[in-house]
Order: sequence, then C-alpha cells, then structure tokens
Amino acid sequence: MSILAILEQRGGLKPCAYETLSAAATIAKASGMPLRALYIGAGLGEDAQSLAGFGAATVYAYEDPELTHFTPDAYVPIVVGLARELDAKVILGSATSVGKALCASVAGRLGVELAQDCTAVAWDSALAATKPLYAGKVVAEMRLDATPAMATLRPNVVRVERNETPPPSVVQRGKPEVTLRTIIRDVVSAAAGTVELTEAKIVVSGGRGLGDPKHWPVLQSLCDTLGAALGASRAAVDAGWIAHPHQVGQTGKVVSPDVYIACGISGAIQHQAGMRTARLIVAINKDPDAPIFKICDYGIVGDLFEIVPALNEEFRRVLGK
Amino acid sequence: MKIVVLVKRVPDTASVFKVASDGRSVELDGLKFVMSPYDEHAVEEAIRLKEKMGAEVIVLSAGPPECKEVIRSALAMGADAGAHLLLPGDTGYASRGVAEALAVAAKTLEPDLILAGKQAVDDDAAQVPERVAELLDLPHASIVTRLECTATAVTVDCEVEGGQFTAELPLPALVTAQKGLNTPRYPTLPNIMKAKKKEIRELTLDKLGLSGDRLAAGMTVTAMALPRQQRLGKILDGDTAQRVKELVRALREDEKVL
Repeated sequence: MSILAILEQRGGLKPCAYETLSAAATIAKASGMPLRALYIGAGLGEDAQSLAGFGAATVYAYEDPELTHFTPDAYVPIVVGLARELDAKVILGSATSVGKALCASVAGRLGVELAQDCTAVAWDSALAATKPLYAGKVVAEMRLDATPAMATLRPNVVRVERNETPPPSVVQRGKPEVTLRTIIRDVVSAAAGTVELTEAKIVVSGGRGLGDPKHWPVLQSLCDTLGAALGASRAAVDAGWIAHPHQVGQTGKVVSPDVYIACGISGAIQHQAGMRTARLIVAINKDPDAPIFKICDYGIVGDLFEIVPALNEEFRRVLGK
Repeated sequence: MKIVVLVKRVPDTASVFKVASDGRSVELDGLKFVMSPYDEHAVEEAIRLKEKMGAEVIVLSAGPPECKEVIRSALAMGADAGAHLLLPGDTGYASRGVAEALAVAAKTLEPDLILAGKQAVDDDAAQVPERVAELLDLPHASIVTRLECTATAVTVDCEVEGGQFTAELPLPALVTAQKGLNTPRYPTLPNIMKAKKKEIRELTLDKLGLSGDRLAAGMTVTAMALPRQQRLGKILDGDTAQRVKELVRALREDEKVL
C-alpha cells in the first residue's frame, strides 16, 4: 500500500509538484501509508535533491527524451503500471492542463473515481476532498471510498511544508514499451520571463475599464515590478484586446494567487469563478457600485490610469526597483 | 466520416444556486438549463468539419429525459442526428459511471472522431471525455484551440500552462474543445424547424447491456455549502498618493504578501 504523488514538470519541476507532494505527505502521515513520488520527463537530475523534507523514501523517475512532453499514450501506462505495482491507495496530481488530462485518463484506465481541481484534500479513513462546483458558487466535500482514490489539486492552494527528512532515493526507469500514436509536431513556449497565470503568486488583471488594448503596458509595468502574471476579464478578451490564454474566469483560467489585483474589472459572476479563491483581492475601479468591491479585501475607487501608475511607483520605491 | 459529439445539459451558471435540504446537493428545481458552453464549441467544430469535408454529425447526451432539449439545440445548429442515453433521474452516478455508459453508447455509433467540451460547467469534473477515450483505447488530446482534419488524422493545438503544443493523432480519436476553437453559431429559424424532424435515438442502459450496479459511484458527496470567504472589504480613503501608500503598506506589513 502507498500514497503516490505525480510530480508535474516542464523542463524542471513546477512549483505545483511540491504542493502535490506536500499534500500527499500529509495524507501519508495520517493514513500511515508510505509516500512515493513519480516523475515522468526528460530527466529529473539534480531536482531529486529538492524533494527532501516530505518523507518520500523513493521517487520513480521515468526518463527519456520522448517523455519530455505529455502524451496520454506514453504517460498513462506509466502511472497505471506504477499505481498497480505499488498498490497505491491514493494518487494525487496537479490540476493543470496536463495534470487533469493525465489523471482523468488514468482514472479511466483504472476504473476509479477522481476529484479534479480540489482546493483541499485530507485523510479520514478514506480520501476526503474539497472541490468547487458550479463555477465556484458551491463547494462540495467529497469522500472517495473506492481505491485507488484520485484527486488533483488546484495550483497555489496547498502551502508547502517540509520537515527534516532526506531526499528520496531515485529509481530510474525508461519509457514504456508502447506504440505512441500521438505525435507532437511543435511546442510553443511562452516568452522567457513570462509568468504563467495559474502558477503566479501575484496576478494583475485588466477589464473593460482599460478602454483600449493600447493601454495594457500600464498593467504590464506593474506586472514587471511585482513579478506578476497578466490576466484579463472576459469582456477584454471578447473585445479582442488580448488573447484567450490570459482570460480569468469561468470560461478562462482559474487562479489562486496570494494577491489578485483587478483593474477596471466590474467583477461579474463569470469573472469571480476564476479568482474567488485568491488569498487577497485588490480592486481598482472608478465605479463605486462595481460588484468587485463586494468581494475585495482592499478597494480603491478611482481612475485606474491614475491609480495603477502611482501604485507601480510606490512598489518600485519600497521594493528598491 | 462520422463524428460523435458528447454534450451535457447543465444549469445556466448565471443562476443563483441554493443547497438542497439534504445538505449534500444543489436545488435544481426552477433553474434554467442549457448546453454546457464548451460543448457548443465541440458541436460547432463538428458542423464546420461536416461543411468542409462532409461528415455525419451525431450528438450524444446521457441524462434525464430533458437532455433531449440540448440535443435539439445541437440539431438546430446543424448536427444530423441525436442519441439520448437515458439515465433515470438521480442515479447518483459519478463521472466514472457516466463515462463507462457513454463509452459503450459511443462505440455503437462507430465514430471516426469524438468531440466534447473540455469540461461541463456544472460539476466541473473535467474527466468524462478522457475516460471515454481511454475506455475505447483511442488517442486523445485535451483543451484544443485549433483543429485540422483529414480522412485519416487530426492535427490540433492544445493549450497548456506556459504555451501550447501541436499534436497529430491518427483517427479514430477524441478531442476536447476549449473556448477559442471557434465561435458557436446561433441556430436559424429554418434550422430550428428542421431540427424538429431529425431523429433522436433512444438508448437505455439495458439496451447497451450495462448494469446500474457497475456504474454506481465510488464516491459520495458528504456536504455542500456556499463558499463563505470572509473578505476585509476595506475601501481606502484619501487622495491617490495616500491610498496607494496605504495599500502597499497593508499588503506588506499587515498581509505580509509582498
């Protein structure tokens, strides 16, 4: 029996890999089952050392250049095979595009239940999961009795906690003997230095209040100062001001940053679905009746073209940038 | 070429939701139901492929009798036929059971391509299409924003964190649609009229040789609640300089986040 954590990588391990491992460590401790980690990619290398402090004795590293990018053909048999080999009772992954597709596929193969995009998991003689439904308007507590029970965790919701345990030993394995039907033709990575929206600790978002796409640099400078990712409301995306990957909301990305700064965004329900679980919400809008002020922690009623540059200056001053 | 589109009937998320008296479900009475928005993109893409290269488009939905309404909407958009897998009300099936039933139903339709929305906006379970693909041993790709199809393969752009990738999958295959793939059309009145005459095949678990027991959920919802996150709701006073200074101070000193 064991608890299995699937570590997300793109080049190196992603921050959400440590969050998944930390959540799995909590469940391993509560259930008394040993914790095992799974890496699939081109090579784990020195990143293995960074897996210290979670109590995982072993990380199974499936390494091959052909495993650099996710395809269900290659990844699913690995997870299914290892889950059976280790008699995994709980399998956790990250609620990223890849993590969700991988876990859904594995759950299909294993014929087990899966709770996606959870905001918390715990052990209570079975896997217990907290999961938002209906665009975050309802939160469900679930119990996954049949095993292996699977869940993916929304990035940024788990606080990573480490103890004094050493790094896991690495069991190196190659790619599985399967026919790869899906061929990856091209991979386009976002420009270097761009912060990925769902992983960002700070998100600065703009909406209709921006008035014109030529004004994005106002928000981008604040992003640069704070190391933040740039988000947008559906109104801004639908107006063609910015590409859909920037959209935060029900039909866009769901983000849980430490700070969400909404600029010129009214805060429609559709938008709230994408940012409701942010730790802190800051709203800047010239309309004092905008719904965003009802769900914010700090609000400034005013013209974003006056407030945001002033805010940027102040941050640069105190951060010494 | 035969394209099967999986669609789901869901409450309009603009609805106000209430937790039912059992404390473990949502009160569905009185809500307006629609086709899940991502499924509309899947239907639209199927119809575009039909217009471009010729195909038969069959829309498949599992659920209560009212599912026929969303099948009709897809037929009015231009799909050729529907198939409704009747799941008696309140079956309590989770995604696993629904996917196993849909996989068996889809197989009987012998599709070359299966399209579905990337997730349904009610339970946001985000897993039924991938399960169906795995159960039918089909290559599949998720969260697709561009699709090109030939008689033997489909090439897709998939959205992932930090970029995108292009993948080629041999047919038969399954693909899930993301917003951005296309703009779903509004049905025209003549097409709405035509849709009324199109066939919706009735499927049941019995007819498909499936037992309800096998589909029973391996998970239970123990509680449901409306999120109650306490927000500070502090609207800052003063001139721009004062408010900005106070905000930066509060974020750094009180919240310790920057």
